[in-house]
Amino acid sequence: MSDYGFYLWGSYIVTFVLLALEVILLLKRKREAKA
Amino acid sequence: MNWFWYASPQTFYPLAGRMAPWFAGAAFLLAAAGLYVGFFVAPTDAQQGEVYRVIYIHVPAAWMSMFIYVVMACWAALGLAFNTRLSGMMASALAPTGALFTFIALWTGSLWGRPTWGTYWVWDARLTSELILLFLYLGFIALQAAIDDPRRADRAGALLAIVGAVNIPIIHYSVVWWSTLHQGASVSVTKGASMQSQMLTGMLLMALAFWMYSIAVTLVRVRCIIKEREG
Repeated sequence: MSDYGFYLWGSYIVTFVLLALEVILLLKRKREAKA
Repeated sequence: MNWFWYASPQTFYPLAGRMAPWFAGAAFLLAAAGLYVGFFVAPTDAQQGEVYRVIYIHVPAAWMSMFIYVVMACWAALGLAFNTRLSGMMASALAPTGALFTFIALWTGSLWGRPTWGTYWVWDARLTSELILLFLYLGFIALQAAIDDPRRADRAGALLAIVGAVNIPIIHYSVVWWSTLHQGASVSVTKGASMQSQMLTGMLLMALAFWMYSIAVTLVRVRCIIKEREG
């Protein structure tokens, strides 16, 4: 795992950060649309 | 149940609000199950070692990038054919998530490619056609954002989405039609799967999780669009 940690965790971390960012931005847009 | 009743944005709005949390919950549970199988049940690959576990997000993200585009183009075509307001809204709601999954497929594929192929990127047919898909999504989003009248924006975006749909079979068959560095399909309807069953289970669970996630965020986004356009 140690040899490939950067490639493996680089994939997972970026994916879940981007998905979380999409959810956060969407919830922000939802709040603004309701205001 | 009269499905046409829900073709109106005003009647679809509460239905989308009721459905979204269920799809979000299903996405969370399926992702937890998929990651558990992928990391703790599925064995290490004999040739690639641990880095193969990138496939649990790479393959489902690549599938979603193409599937969402097809669904988006279908909504766009429905909107052009029947002039329904909700169709254009659905196409607009799908595009950002489709673009996101396309980027994830390219990013994870690149990080998997470096240790296995020895390079982050090659201009082979599969990678290039997937990159074109990302540009199509971004072009669709930019085109819609550039036109003030939402109905005109929907029609212009619909034309781009429909024309761009020709890229989907090109992505899918690129590994068959051309000699590519990218390997052939891991799972085929006619030939079955070319991988160990626990690996396949983890991958399918993650694909279902991404599918549920996409539906949940699309439903929430289309509610925002309905609210913004129609109050």
